Amino acid sequence: MSALRILVPVKRVIDYAVKPRVNKAQTGVETAGVKHSMNPFDELSVEESVRIREKKSAPGGVEDICVISAGPTKAQDVLRTAMAMGADRAIHVETKPDDDLEPLTVAKLLKAAAEQQKSNLVILGKQSIDDDANQTGQMLAGLLGWPQATQASKVEFGEGDVVSVTREVDGGVETVRAKLPMIITTDLRLNEPRYASLPNIMKAKKKPLEKKTLADFGITGEKRLKVLKVTEPPPRQGGGKVEDVDGLISKLKELGAI
Amino acid sequence: MRSFTRALRPAVRRSQTVVSASSAPRICSSRAPRAVAAVQGARPLSTTAPRRDLADMPPTPITHFSEVESAMAEAVRKFAGDVILPKVRDMDEAEKMDPTVVEQLFEQGLMGVEIPEEYGGAGMNFTAAIVGIEELARVDPSVSVMVDVHNTLVNTAVIKWGSQALKKKYLPKLATNTVGSFCLSEPVSGSDAFALKTKATETADGYVINGSKMWITNSMEAEFFIVFANVNPEQGHRGITAFIVDKGMKGFNIAKKEKKLGIKASSTCVLNFDDVLVPKENLLGEKGHGYKYAIGLLNEGRIGIAAQMTGLALGAWENAVKYVWNDRKQFGKLVGEFQGMQHQIAQSYTEIAAARALVYNAARKKEAGEDFVMDAAMAKLYASQVAGRVSGLAVEWMGGMGFVREGLAEKFWRDSKIGAIYEGTSNIQLNTIAKLLQKEYTV
Repeated sequence: MSALRILVPVKRVIDYAVKPRVNKAQTGVETAGVKHSMNPFDELSVEESVRIREKKSAPGGVEDICVISAGPTKAQDVLRTAMAMGADRAIHVETKPDDDLEPLTVAKLLKAAAEQQKSNLVILGKQSIDDDANQTGQMLAGLLGWPQATQASKVEFGEGDVVSVTREVDGGVETVRAKLPMIITTDLRLNEPRYASLPNIMKAKKKPLEKKTLADFGITGEKRLKVLKVTEPPPRQGGGKVEDVDGLISKLKELGAI
Repeated sequence: MRSFTRALRPAVRRSQTVVSASSAPRICSSRAPRAVAAVQGARPLSTTAPRRDLADMPPTPITHFSEVESAMAEAVRKFAGDVILPKVRDMDEAEKMDPTVVEQLFEQGLMGVEIPEEYGGAGMNFTAAIVGIEELARVDPSVSVMVDVHNTLVNTAVIKWGSQALKKKYLPKLATNTVGSFCLSEPVSGSDAFALKTKATETADGYVINGSKMWITNSMEAEFFIVFANVNPEQGHRGITAFIVDKGMKGFNIAKKEKKLGIKASSTCVLNFDDVLVPKENLLGEKGHGYKYAIGLLNEGRIGIAAQMTGLALGAWENAVKYVWNDRKQFGKLVGEFQGMQHQIAQSYTEIAAARALVYNAARKKEAGEDFVMDAAMAKLYASQVAGRVSGLAVEWMGGMGFVREGLAEKFWRDSKIGAIYEGTSNIQLNTIAKLLQKEYTV
């Protein structure tokens, strides 16, 4: 089996614990002065890559784990975190603070990066929690012409470059099988990401971080989509509590549901 | 601005290494007594080597962290919130540190913050340790003090004064699996630390220690003890010497465990030494220098306790404001919206910010090799006062919910009281500050 060269795209997003607020101009959410961290699904991707190496689950071993992020200078924070978790090196594609890259642009960038880095496995979060597009992995697979296994809850390696991926679907699990090179996107049940330990934070400082621009990958970042307006969802009406089953039934009857 | 500070700091670090690598005067070198006196005059005892002055550096806000310190804050905050927080209440009720928490602290590298990488530690700077102690205290001051004592007193002592053999033997353990404890106080000597009565008698192959210690933090979990004993009581404090005692040594036993008002999960015990034979190589540093080591360590240890107190104050404040600004309504509005509450909340946060400025300024001065003794004393004094005040008010803001043992408000308040007592009481800090001021203003 080929040795794995894993590419792990990561994104710096508003921390999952922060309640996002729409900005005054209604063009997006407020990001200034808001705590940011690594997209939780990307943490799963980094963790999975490191576990594949540590557990020696791939017969050919893991030759390289490279994390890549496109974003402003602060995106280097999440790259360092990923390296503290165990990635070998990082590529930072610097963009201007207001550059909002669309999924297709990111997929094109990752295609160029995967080719340049001779990657044979790309593990992405299934979506980023800021715009929840859930498109990049799929688009990347399409552009590269590689097989894709999305929303993975389990990844296993077999002989002859075969990878089995289990994914949770309504009413059970589905297992898909494909051959390297391939794309995997991660879902919540895949693993529990580790905390970066302090000695590893220090080691990560010494790992290489390459700085690039979109132009280095031949990408222009043109926009195809236009955001017209962003608004808060309407406030939820509070639900009512019922005491017991009888209460529930009478409530449902009252609402004309049964 | 921030990336600018970041870019700058490595340069400072480099210049620091240059100084410590060269033959800068060491305050504890016995060969140059005159130089010792001279340096001491300028800089009261500290464990930090002097460094080049910072005149060329543009000043930055005290609250700016380096990349490593930010990563430290981030990692510890996450770890404390996810792993420690669910256990805080139970550990307090049981008056016992959960052994898995201790294990995880080692795994995270939090017990070897400043231990060099070659010995299995993280090799971080002093302020990074302070950041970690503060973050832990926001969640649990008991866990925080364990990490504080282990790092700022025990590890530092071995790093600074341990022989090569001692460092090689003990630092990897202290970084990965052995909790350390610092044994100075005795039934008869607290604030008057150097009146200690524990004796060490020199024999052919080592020392025999007799006596007892009291109020010893970490003593239940620890397997490594730095013990101060007098080898020559006629010489007074100049006979005080530091020894390393292993838990298994014959005649050494951990006696009564104290039941306390606060930081209940942190163990505090009485230790007895009954003809404990300590091998010669377990002498830490030089004979008769123990009092210098203790003063130096406690001076910087105070910054750690001050950080524990600012962390505690922040934790108590956040816990309460989340409740009054999101949950509790009276008279048709959130209680945090009444002006009487808002002014108290704002006043408290201002005091916390002021205390943190003192803490981080003291830490930075220590790292810069400047005299920080008064800064550390002021930071510890003020931070413990703020912690007591803010955590007390926080209980009141939350009303009944602050008073019950369901949440953490009342615990923060109980935990805050120790801040005015250990590592130098508030009155001792005031003495130190006044003494230094008087020296400066005496013509």
